[in-house]
Amino acid sequence: MSDQTIIVSSSPHVHSERTSEKLMYDVVIALLPVFLVSLYVFGINALIATFTAIISCLLFEYLIQKFLLKTKTTITDGSALITGILLAFNLPAGIPVWMIVVGSLVAIGIGKLSFGGLGFNIFNPALVGRVFLLVSFPVQMTLWPVPIENNTTLVDAVTGATTLGLIKEGVQFGQSMSEISTQIPSTADMFMGLTSGSIGEMSALALLIGGIFLIGRKVISWHIPVTVLATMAVVTGVFWMADPEYYANPLIHVLSGGAILGAFYMATDLVTSPVTKKGMVIFAIGIGVITVVIRLFGSYPEGISFAILIMNAFVPLINRYFKPRRFGSRIKAKIV
Amino acid sequence: MLKTFPKGGIHPSENKITSAKPIKRLPLPKVVYVPISQHIGIPAEIVVDRKDKVEIGQVIAKSGGYVSSNIHSPVAGTVTKLDKIVDTRGYKKQCIVIRSDVKNESNFQENEYPLKEEISLQQEEILKRISEYGIVGLGGATFPSHVKLQVKKDKLLDCLIVNGVECEPFLTADHRLMLEKGKEILVGIRILMYALQIDRAIIGIENNKKDAIDLFRSLTSGASGIQIAALQVKYPQGGEKQLIRALLKREVPKNGLPMDVGVVVHNVGTVFAIYQAIQHNRPLMERVVTVTGKKLNDPSNFWVKIGTPVKDLLDAVGGVPEDTRKIVSGGPMMGKALKNTDVPVTKGTSGILVISEDEASRGEPKNCIRCGECVDVCPMGLEPHLLMNLSEKGMYEKAIEEDILTCIECGSCSYVCPSHRPLLDYIRFGKSIGKQLESNK
Ligand code: SF4
Ligand code: SF4
Repeated sequence: MSDQTIIVSSSPHVHSERTSEKLMYDVVIALLPVFLVSLYVFGINALIATFTAIISCLLFEYLIQKFLLKTKTTITDGSALITGILLAFNLPAGIPVWMIVVGSLVAIGIGKLSFGGLGFNIFNPALVGRVFLLVSFPVQMTLWPVPIENNTTLVDAVTGATTLGLIKEGVQFGQSMSEISTQIPSTADMFMGLTSGSIGEMSALALLIGGIFLIGRKVISWHIPVTVLATMAVVTGVFWMADPEYYANPLIHVLSGGAILGAFYMATDLVTSPVTKKGMVIFAIGIGVITVVIRLFGSYPEGISFAILIMNAFVPLINRYFKPRRFGSRIKAKIV
Repeated sequence: MLKTFPKGGIHPSENKITSAKPIKRLPLPKVVYVPISQHIGIPAEIVVDRKDKVEIGQVIAKSGGYVSSNIHSPVAGTVTKLDKIVDTRGYKKQCIVIRSDVKNESNFQENEYPLKEEISLQQEEILKRISEYGIVGLGGATFPSHVKLQVKKDKLLDCLIVNGVECEPFLTADHRLMLEKGKEILVGIRILMYALQIDRAIIGIENNKKDAIDLFRSLTSGASGIQIAALQVKYPQGGEKQLIRALLKREVPKNGLPMDVGVVVHNVGTVFAIYQAIQHNRPLMERVVTVTGKKLNDPSNFWVKIGTPVKDLLDAVGGVPEDTRKIVSGGPMMGKALKNTDVPVTKGTSGILVISEDEASRGEPKNCIRCGECVDVCPMGLEPHLLMNLSEKGMYEKAIEEDILTCIECGSCSYVCPSHRPLLDYIRFGKSIGKQLESNK
């Protein structure tokens, strides 16, 4: 031991083994079951979309950081990879490849790097990309391939509507829920993932397996997903009880329209959600309520993407007002 | 259910590799370097000169004020120098250098006195002796003990807490002391209860020291207002405020002291030192130090004379291995990394930890991903990521509003941050500037 090799950094001198990369890769692992289901349901289209999104996100991050911002590139930290996966999972299978590339550019360039990179972004980058596409290309973004039947063809898949889309249409045409329910998939199919919808929102089962894994690994806490889904169930439940012939039951709402994908994987994004548990609950209630409002009264049948983005904007405010309780600030003099 | 504090805390690997090693006596050091500021407060004033012969236990520096403490010669010998040397905290401090007299028998007298249970001193005399005999908090804070015992008239005290938590990983000095000097510690507790005129004491011990818990339980069965409380293992439970919260569910107010909630806390090591002072007339001249590290040949616990160079301790465990990167005075969470091994052991040195290359490495700091882990683990309910940010930007007033001054520097936030952010480094800095700002007001 010579004196040069001694370091005198300050305490603490030990650190936990957890790193942000490990957290990110845990999310990737959690999304694997969902990806497998999407391959089964949408076949090669899901594969193409997912890989296009991943590669574009990584590439745009690299190019922008290297040539535009001239900073260190961070493509190995796992965050652009997750943005790619989540963006793809929020798109319909069979969407033109160039649109995915555009969506990735918006997600990484505007959603993340324009704010200063990972940690400084206010909005969930994947959702920024998705919503941009939804607003710019509403037609292509709502062409939902029918599951399984055409999972080996590349183009011109037969398309159908999503569960919530069917309900919305039906309601607009004056059908009652009991009439509509013959046209929509059974709740069991919804749970297993055999319905129309975005690539990654299909199987509640696969999403829950990954979500429970993430909670078990302490990557996310239960507060956000459970509160989002519970709020949605309660609010839709109230409407449904008031008029079951006009409103879909809470189970349909929770199992469809990307609610579980959003609640477990999009709303829980560490950077764009509140830091305290109290804050998380408030944030999640907001998402739940806004989602239901959009679904029932707005023009988009799914709604959770918008709800998350809206609540993302409130996170700085939530962090300011829902602070942890300081030790010693509530004095209970309990001396006997 | 084991008791613990409710908010925050972490559980790093305990690594108590020396917990089964009885305390050995370190050979008499040839030279001791005794700093005159080993306690919080005003440094003591030197009352010896070069070439003076000193006896063991003789006062060599006198308390410099109310919050200060006497310093006694740990050896019999000759003062060779009054010099400035770097202390464990990295500051140059005035030191009294004494060469031990190897022929003087008192240097080899061990402190194995027969247990003396009967307390013969009066309350006043006890307090006086604690203040004169250089007793300071041995848990690491080194706050002069007599100040803690000077209870203001308007405060109602009802409980003495004895801190046997030793929540720092690696350290086992208090653990061994409890096992080997349990009866003496109980007498020390009785002395303090008598001096403070209170009839309740709790010894708080974390559940990874079951043998110590059992020992105290068997020694106190049915007796005298002394309770033994087993605590869940959680860092930083040894922090006064966390310990009081864990044991009594009382929360010390933000800018307050344990006294404000009727409690006085003393570390087990301090209690033993008080026993020695009152019952055997021994001022504070030595302490238990754990010398440890995963790669050491023979990590051990030692009785060490104050002023012994750290080098001597490392030699006693077989030297430091090749790949050593850090030598820390104290534990891995709150200890100070040493620049060199010439620094002496002081009253506050609870351990010397040798950290190797692979354990010392720490990832590059990355952007904060606002994961909130630091917020979750902060035992003081602070937002470390925010405090670091404010310190970095120089917004100290705002940081004070966000309670940066209440940070206990436990390091839990830096420990957990998955982005390896040096949170505590910045918070410490912001805190020191914040303190200056406050005192200028
Ligand atoms: S633990 Fe680190 S990354 Fe997480 S919020 Fe705190 S500072 Fe940021
Ligand atoms: S902010 Fe201070 S009290 Fe809180 S965890 Fe960090 S070091 Fe400990």
